[in-house]
Amino acid sequence: MTSTDADSLILRGGEPLKRSLARALFRQKMRALLLIAPLLAFIVLGFLLPIGTMLFRSVENAVVEETLPLTVAALADWDIDSTELPPESTYRALVADLQVAIENRSALTLARRMNFETAGFTTMLRRAQRELPSWNLDTDGPFRDRMIDQHRDWGAVETWRALKAYSGSLTTGYYLAAMDYTMVSGHVAPMPDNQSLHQMLFWRTAWMSGVICALALLLGYPIAYLLANVRERNANLLMILVLLPFWTSLLVRTSSWKVLLQDQGVINQLLVWAGVIADDNRLAMVNNKFGVILAMTHILLPFMILPLYSVMKTIPPTYVRAAKSLGANDWTAFWRVYFPQTVPGIGAGAILVFIMAVGYYITPELVGGPSGMFISNRIAHQWYVSGNWGLVGALGTILLLAVLVLYWVYDKVVGIDNVKLG
Amino acid sequence: MTQGRTDGFVVFDRVQKSYDGETLVVKDLNLSMPKGEFLTMLGPSGSGKTTCLMMLAGFETATHGEILLDGRPINNIPPHKRGIGMVFQNYALFPHMTIAENLAFPLEVRGLGKSEREGKIRRALEMVQMGAFATRRPSQLSGGQQQRVALARALVFEPELVLMDEPLGALDKQLREHMQFEIKHLHDSLGITVVYVTHDQGEALTMSDRVAVFNDGRIQQLARPEDLYERPDNSFVAQFIGENNKLDGVVETIEGQRCTVRLDDGTLIDAQPVNVTRPGERTRVSIRPERVESNPDRLAADSHLIDAEVLEFIYMGDTFRVRLRVAGHEDFVMKYRNAQDQRRVAAGDRIRIGWRPEDCRALDA
Repeated sequence: MTSTDADSLILRGGEPLKRSLARALFRQKMRALLLIAPLLAFIVLGFLLPIGTMLFRSVENAVVEETLPLTVAALADWDIDSTELPPESTYRALVADLQVAIENRSALTLARRMNFETAGFTTMLRRAQRELPSWNLDTDGPFRDRMIDQHRDWGAVETWRALKAYSGSLTTGYYLAAMDYTMVSGHVAPMPDNQSLHQMLFWRTAWMSGVICALALLLGYPIAYLLANVRERNANLLMILVLLPFWTSLLVRTSSWKVLLQDQGVINQLLVWAGVIADDNRLAMVNNKFGVILAMTHILLPFMILPLYSVMKTIPPTYVRAAKSLGANDWTAFWRVYFPQTVPGIGAGAILVFIMAVGYYITPELVGGPSGMFISNRIAHQWYVSGNWGLVGALGTILLLAVLVLYWVYDKVVGIDNVKLG
Repeated sequence: MTQGRTDGFVVFDRVQKSYDGETLVVKDLNLSMPKGEFLTMLGPSGSGKTTCLMMLAGFETATHGEILLDGRPINNIPPHKRGIGMVFQNYALFPHMTIAENLAFPLEVRGLGKSEREGKIRRALEMVQMGAFATRRPSQLSGGQQQRVALARALVFEPELVLMDEPLGALDKQLREHMQFEIKHLHDSLGITVVYVTHDQGEALTMSDRVAVFNDGRIQQLARPEDLYERPDNSFVAQFIGENNKLDGVVETIEGQRCTVRLDDGTLIDAQPVNVTRPGERTRVSIRPERVESNPDRLAADSHLIDAEVLEFIYMGDTFRVRLRVAGHEDFVMKYRNAQDQRRVAAGDRIRIGWRPEDCRALDA
């Protein structure tokens, strides 16, 4: 039947077929939607909303404009490259704003925000908090000198440049900070070396995750092969051995690695006892990169083995037999015939392990020490030590983007359709 | 076949195989086949036929005994050095390679140059009428097409021996019959030696030079198709090949190629002694449905005739099929051609039937 026939088809009741079909399908769709509604609500509330909030926080900067509305307006005419201080009217606006802010107790929120960019803002505002409430806006001027008396940084051009640079309601400041850049006098400049940490952490997270991924593949491939090819009974036992650590708490596994690896730990004690190493020359295996790679490879290994296994399980042994009957030796049969068919499993395992490793937190935190720290540990630090939610949002967003880009590249190279998780 | 044990092209010499060390899957197998023969191993599943094929291919090792290929013992030669082509039941075409790459594989591992490879691949594909599909992937082909490619791949490196493990098992009936013809044709035109495994007796009878009927780890009979059908050696072969009526009884007299058998209900019938040597032995006689005669005029005057009651008459077009009650059995079948002079019977009719002694074989009980 051609489409033109279908267009003009009328059911007995007089209703066009297309409309009747659409209505039937709509009902079907609504029922399906109803079934997944709880999950959908959960995903929106528990996943999409927090991510959205994080994205928003990474650029949100309303606090300056909200706390100092008059000052921001007065600074509009002031050139950020100017070497002269703003005029008296701006100082007067500042005093007026601060008096309101102190009343509302929002001055310290501002101080904290500005302190992320310019150290010393908190001190300046604490002093202001003590004296400003008693000033009379109409009679106590001029305010420029009084403010500079109070704290000499009010007389520094840099202070005003910072205020003007961060007076917009949106800012790129957090992203700059996340990439180890800062806004100096309104211009982007690299952070001093002693403060730049994030780029190095991003790279470290990436290459260490890569190493973990490669090690997991190297160790997991033969196990997955064994699992897929031994007799059922043995395979079940082997599978339990693979899954057993999987069912143990992550914290317990990581802690036991610490027990094993530390200076006075099981391995060092054994080696000293056996005389392999001297007592004063114990191996440093924990609180460094080695410890993190070792522990994380162990912890993430099942995520490599399971997708590999599920793919290998579907490859019948006749392929390798066919290859051998055609004259291929064991290695050629494996490399040319078996291995290419496991690539989807390798892809799935690798992408799973890598993405999980990139965002790993507990293990680097416990066995990493300063030199084994991941970007996620820095994010956590910024969150509950510094309280810099904007920077946390920016770092998190960059991490998310990096993973998405990776995913995209992977899709182009391997093809996501080829990935089999089970 | 009266050849010596070691002078065939493929020889199994007292081969045994056990997987678990307790039971033998293959028991004392002796087989010798000349070059160029098409030999089929036929048997129910679990009869040991596939194990034999796998031992020949090198994927299983014989527990005892020796397998020789062209006079050479091959027990210790790994599969890839045996140079035997093999076609698998599920085709086993490499899914990540194109058809041409699949065919190039055996040539590449043998170190053939590119131009030489291409010529051979083209010829092999044309041989199975798949020349236009070289760049496709196996998943883009139908089952029959995949099977042709699998054939071409097993033949492209010009092996002298090709093994086929139920190669047509996954195809539908019509395609299977067509492929049977093509495989047979290839065998004739290339002069290769083929060992073919199947559980389909029709396939075995139509394609083979000789058929080895396997059961319980042994070759029950190794013979040309017509011998197998018309002169089965034992009751397993008689039952397994084609349709067959069986009647149990005791040998009464033996005179050369004739004997009489007293059935369990007392009826006396004529038979040819095959596995019986003296009167008093228990036997099971086997008669093909189409050799049962309901017209006494066509039988010798001294033939024993027995009573039968028609239970069912089935019209099958070119033949009639009649189910009879004979000597207490209700599954006795008689078949005859739909011809002008044949009378039709109806359920409930009582008739008298008989057969030529040479068509009724007294086998092991």
